[in-house]
Amino acid sequence: MITTDICIIGAGPVGLFAVFEAGLLKMRCHLIDALPQVGGQLSEIYPQKPIYDIPGYPEVKAQELVDNLMEQIKPFKPTFSLGERVDHLSKQTDGSYILTTSDKTQVHAQVVIIAGGLGCFEPRKPVLENLAEFEGKGVTYMVKNPEQFRDKKVILAGGGDSALDWAIYLSDIAEKVTLVHRNETFRGAPDSASKVFNLANEGKIDLILSANLKKLGGNGHLDTVYLEDKSKSQFSIETDYLIPLFGLSPKLGPIADWGLTIDRNAIEVDTRDYSTGVDRIFAIGDINTYPGKLKLILCGFHEAAIMMHSAFKFVYPDQKLSFKYTTVNGVNSF
Amino acid sequence: MVTFTVEDHAGNRQSIEAPDDMGLSLMEILKASEYPVLATCGGMALCATCHIEVLEGKEGLGDASDVELDQLEALPEYYPTSRLACQIRISEELEGAVVKLRGEDN
Repeated sequence: MITTDICIIGAGPVGLFAVFEAGLLKMRCHLIDALPQVGGQLSEIYPQKPIYDIPGYPEVKAQELVDNLMEQIKPFKPTFSLGERVDHLSKQTDGSYILTTSDKTQVHAQVVIIAGGLGCFEPRKPVLENLAEFEGKGVTYMVKNPEQFRDKKVILAGGGDSALDWAIYLSDIAEKVTLVHRNETFRGAPDSASKVFNLANEGKIDLILSANLKKLGGNGHLDTVYLEDKSKSQFSIETDYLIPLFGLSPKLGPIADWGLTIDRNAIEVDTRDYSTGVDRIFAIGDINTYPGKLKLILCGFHEAAIMMHSAFKFVYPDQKLSFKYTTVNGVNSF
Repeated sequence: MVTFTVEDHAGNRQSIEAPDDMGLSLMEILKASEYPVLATCGGMALCATCHIEVLEGKEGLGDASDVELDQLEALPEYYPTSRLACQIRISEELEGAVVKLRGEDN
């Protein structure tokens, strides 16, 4: 069990800056994010895009902003659980919470902050009628541990960079790698695409182009994938695993079940301290909504500063908050 | 003003009127019309959460750009007239078009 003052769900720019604002009030933070890296959509979707509306930065690349935020919060020693989704939230008799993640990590915190952006990034799933039946039983959307596929037959589906990269990587590990793509060509990195074609020529990857997934078969565990080519004729391939790689899309996920007031995928908050209607749970950044809300990083930063002053009383119920400027003694005195 | 038709995930059609002189994108109009379009990236053709299929009127809209195709082709479902709504400007070319929402029903 990880014990912390504040558990922040979402390690995007606002979640990261919240660590700084908490640190100024001597509150320590643990962050949990469904993505394997920090930065939220900045790192996942547009790391190289310039942002122009961060105060003090006429122009800053998204990933650079994330790197700078990580540097800025370093003095406050945040801890992270990445690649994990918060599945359960359980209130303790003293008012604190225990959060449990998809990997069964448990975090005990006095205060919970949801800085989840548009939700957790989850894999886009192909439309196949019996897909759910085989999830975790041969169908997986993420390669967390490549060794799992050693000497196994693996089918990858998709045409983007991750499909190409994993096909190349797994060709050395798996007994057989088949890459299924809907088109004749790949739009991913040209370098990776030519590597895949070379491996196919060497017989290390089976490349099936202009084909689509149609159906899955197996008795309790996936053993066959049925495909359809462009002339609509069907054929099947025996396999141990199918890894569909069609990118990620944000979903609100389990947050929707925590008794919060949700309006169009956003959590309603009180603008005095960005508290939700649920005791000790706050929501900041793109995931919250209130009259006049603007989904801007800078608004999320502001919300983080305000809400920490309200969270203080839950972490230090017997102390009086004293407000200090960082310019007086620097950040190391906090 | 231009008028075009939007078909939602359930197949219901609605006629939408939008100003063609404000530099708006179809994604912005779909959001403003309360359709379930996430537009995570805000309109940079980087997230593919505004996937639509152009059912009628494709001729006037031109072809998808390379950066748009990169996104579209990585999706689990893809149609010959798939586009990202954020890359379609509201202009007179959209008059009479019919577009259908595709992708996840958020």
